[in-house]
Parts: sequence; C-alpha cells; structure tokens
Amino acid sequence: MNDFFLNSTQYERLWDGTLVTLQVLALSFMLGIVLSVGFGVARLSERVAVRAAALVYVEVARGISSIVLLFWMAFALPILLGFDQPSRLLMGSVALGLNMGGYGAEIVRGAIQSVPKGQTEASIALNLTPTQRIRHIVLPQAMPVILPPMGNLTIEILKGTALVSLIGLSDLTFEVSKLRVNRTISDDPVSIPILFLNALIIYFVLAQIIALLFRLAERRVNAGFEQRSGRTAVELSAPTAGVTG
Amino acid sequence: MTIDQTDQEAPHPMHAEDVDVEAAAELRAARWRRRMVTLGWVATAVVVLTVIWRFGGTDVSFDTDATADPDAKFDWGFFFALIPDFLEALWVTVQATIAGFAVAIVLGLFLALGRRSDHRALRWPFSFFIEFVRSTPLLIQLYFLFYALPTISWLPESVRVLDPLPALIIGLGIHYATYCSEAYRAGIDSVPKGQWEASTAMNLPRRTTWGRVILPQAIPNVLPALGNYLVAGFKDAPLGSSIQVTGVLFFAKTISSRTFRPVETYTLVGIGFLAVSIPAAFLIRRLERRIAYERT
Repeated sequence: MNDFFLNSTQYERLWDGTLVTLQVLALSFMLGIVLSVGFGVARLSERVAVRAAALVYVEVARGISSIVLLFWMAFALPILLGFDQPSRLLMGSVALGLNMGGYGAEIVRGAIQSVPKGQTEASIALNLTPTQRIRHIVLPQAMPVILPPMGNLTIEILKGTALVSLIGLSDLTFEVSKLRVNRTISDDPVSIPILFLNALIIYFVLAQIIALLFRLAERRVNAGFEQRSGRTAVELSAPTAGVTG
Repeated sequence: MTIDQTDQEAPHPMHAEDVDVEAAAELRAARWRRRMVTLGWVATAVVVLTVIWRFGGTDVSFDTDATADPDAKFDWGFFFALIPDFLEALWVTVQATIAGFAVAIVLGLFLALGRRSDHRALRWPFSFFIEFVRSTPLLIQLYFLFYALPTISWLPESVRVLDPLPALIIGLGIHYATYCSEAYRAGIDSVPKGQWEASTAMNLPRRTTWGRVILPQAIPNVLPALGNYLVAGFKDAPLGSSIQVTGVLFFAKTISSRTFRPVETYTLVGIGFLAVSIPAAFLIRRLERRIAYERT
C-alpha cells in the first residue's frame, strides 16, 4: 500500500507549509488570548462605557465570519489606511486573533462569573487593588473553567488558519493546493485524494497535540488547587453545576 | 411522552368500556395527526433541498455597470450601487446555509445514534469519523469533495462529479453534522436515567423508547445549540467561493477585480454579513431563554 504516501520532496513542501501554519497559529493565539482576557474582564467592568465597548467588540468579532474579516483586512483595510505592502502574515494572524478574541472573551466572562462572589468581596475587604484582585484571586480560580473551551477554540483557530491560503500565504493548505494544480507538470503525478488525505491527517494530528497540551495544563491547574486548599476545582465550580443539575 | 405514574388514572368502572373506545379513537386520531405533521415537515424539507440543489445559485451574473470615482478613497455612491448584486450573492450563501444545515441536523442525529450504539465495531468508527471531521479545516474538506472526488474512478459518475453548490451543501452538511451530533449526544445524556429504566420495565421496543420517550425529551434541550450551529454555518458558507460557488465572497472577488475597488466591495460584504448574523444570533438567544423558561 505504497500508494498512501507522497514522495519526500512533496513531504518537504508540506512540512514548509506546516511551519507557516504553526506560525500563523502562534501569532493569532497570542493576540487572541490577550484580547480574550482583556475584553472578558472589560465585559464585567463597573463603567458602562467600558462594558458597552467590550460588548460591541464581542458582537462584531463573533458576528462576522472569520473569512470575511480576513479578506477585508487583507484587501480593503490597507488601502483605507494607506499602507503600501502590509505583511500578509501579520494581517492574517491579526484577523484570526480578532476573531478568536470575541469568542474567548465570552469564555473568560463566563468563567469569571462562575467564581464565587465572596472571593471578590474578600479581596475588596483585604484592600487589594482591582488589578491584584483579577490577577491573583479571580483569574486563577477561573482557570479550570476557562481551559476546556479554550482548547476547543484553539482547535477552531487551527482550522481557521487554512483560510490564510486564500490571501496568498504559503501555509499547509496553500502548498497542498499548489501540488494539486502542478501535478500535471510533475514527473511523479500524485493522486489528489491521497494528497488531501495527507493534509487532513496533518491537521488532525496538530489538533490532537493541541488537545493534549490543554489537557496537561488542566491537570496542572487542578493539581495546584488540590495542594493548596484541599478543595478540588470541581468543588470550586460547583455553583454552575448545581444550576444545570 | 414522559413516563410518569400519576398520568395513568384508572377510568371510572361503570363507563370503562365507553371511555376505552373513545380514548382509543382519540389516540388513533392524535397519532394520525402527528404522522401527517411529520410527513408535512419531511416533504417540505425534501422539496426545499431539491429546489436549492437543482436551481440554486445558477443564473447569478453580477452584471452591475456601476463605476467608482477614481479620486475618492471610499465612494458611497458606488457602495450603494453594488447592493442589488450583493443581495443576489447573499441569497446564494443563505441557500447553501439552509440546505447544508438541513443535511447536518439529519445526518448529525444518525452520527449521534451510531456513536451510542451497543456494538463497539459500530461505535468506534463513528467516534473516529466525528473527531476527524471536527478537527480538520472545512476548506480542505471542500477541496476534497470538489477536486479529489471526481478523480476516484471506481465511483459512479453521478456521485463523484459535483457542481459547486451541491459540493458546498454536502461539505457544510457533513462538517456541521459532526458538531450537531455532539449537541444531540449532550441532549440525550441529559435525559434522566429513570426514563431508560422505566422504558425497559415497560418492555417498550427500542424504536419506541428512542422515538417516543428519549428523543422528544432530548431535542428541546438541543435546539439552542443547533441554532448556534446554524449561525456558525452561515459564517462558513462564504468558503464556497474557493470552489466557485457564486456566494458573497465570489461576488467580492468578481466585482473588485473588474472595477479595481476592493475597499467598497469587501466593506459591503462585511457590513451585509453582520446585518444578517447579529440579528440571527440575537433571535437564537431569545429562543434559548424561552425554551429554558418553558422547561422550568
């Protein structure tokens, strides 16, 4: 069953593409996390203006399709702003990151709301600043609730990176499409179904790795809870479980 | 039907026979009505799907002769002149979404049932398929349907050679079926275990247990999640432009390469998209609240 594999030069091309895919993923993930935490916290701000601004961002980022946003940022925004040759890599990653931030902010908001209110009240009583309160009291306790959906969201972004091939970045999807188009002029014509199957399997493996990393992070966070307080994360997030049950 | 003992009141002994006859007639009538309603829904869905499949997205031409002022950075007149053509393209995208979603909710239920099968030989491939499709990009799946399938020579031609719109409908349908199947699974798991035990105790056949006891209680819980996937599917439908479906991004590509005005065309697509998807998401959130309210 040698038919199932490509030859080594073709795999080299796929590898190069995979590296670009990972680069886009890393950039958009970093931007997405920053936006998620920032706007997730802002959604619960005491100031109406901050809350409203965060709500507008979340609704727009979630309402617009990632591919429409990507095309708009790649083809319309540079002309509007008068940029000459913006980096496609940057534009693509920013578009995906903005998209991820909208969904992530809702995850963070929900998780913060699941932390018992007494924790916030106690931090205020202890005279912690709002930054200290969020950074050291609320967010660490929200982590067990944030991680599982954030892992799924990261896999969604991995799938989203395939779209950057449409604005001309040479990621994995782009390399595969190029191999498909050029197959007639190559000496060793590749079977198209096998070509796409190989690409799908690479994406699948990457997704499994992301899921594994998030499971490991989850385990670490939960272990931290057990050591420190003797209470498990499940107990801490019990109020939400009680409502659904 | 929720199995609940208090429902089963004994009829008055004097008129027991009359009541039985009447009740049986009523029961038959109700069953008949239910079947007609179901049949009506299925027939409508089949007709809509066939019409979209056969005629959707064909004679779309984008023949506007509007031109922009070359000095303007953003020509509003040009922007508004594009709207009729944009609506044509939006209609194609909406058609693909609706038809793809119809495929997804039906196929998703089968995937969910397959994943819950008692036989490991059935359960395992279903789980793998769902996991695989869910974690790989829709774009490559579309490429596979549109470019790879026609080269598999042992398949009959009517199956392997797909027009762009049917390929998009199938691609969206399969992709979102795997999401829907997870939603169904959560809904089925939310049905109390006692309902299963009671069905076993009453010796109901498997089909009746699923069709009359479990699914009617599971599906209302699933509706909000399915609604969210409908909106998500709408956001993925523009991907069809990569396999020549004449949807919103195909419109933007065609017009902007003809007029060299990407700013107005892509901005129109973005705004038009938000104008559909934000109200849709809002409606679904209201539906969600209403269902939650009715069930408490």
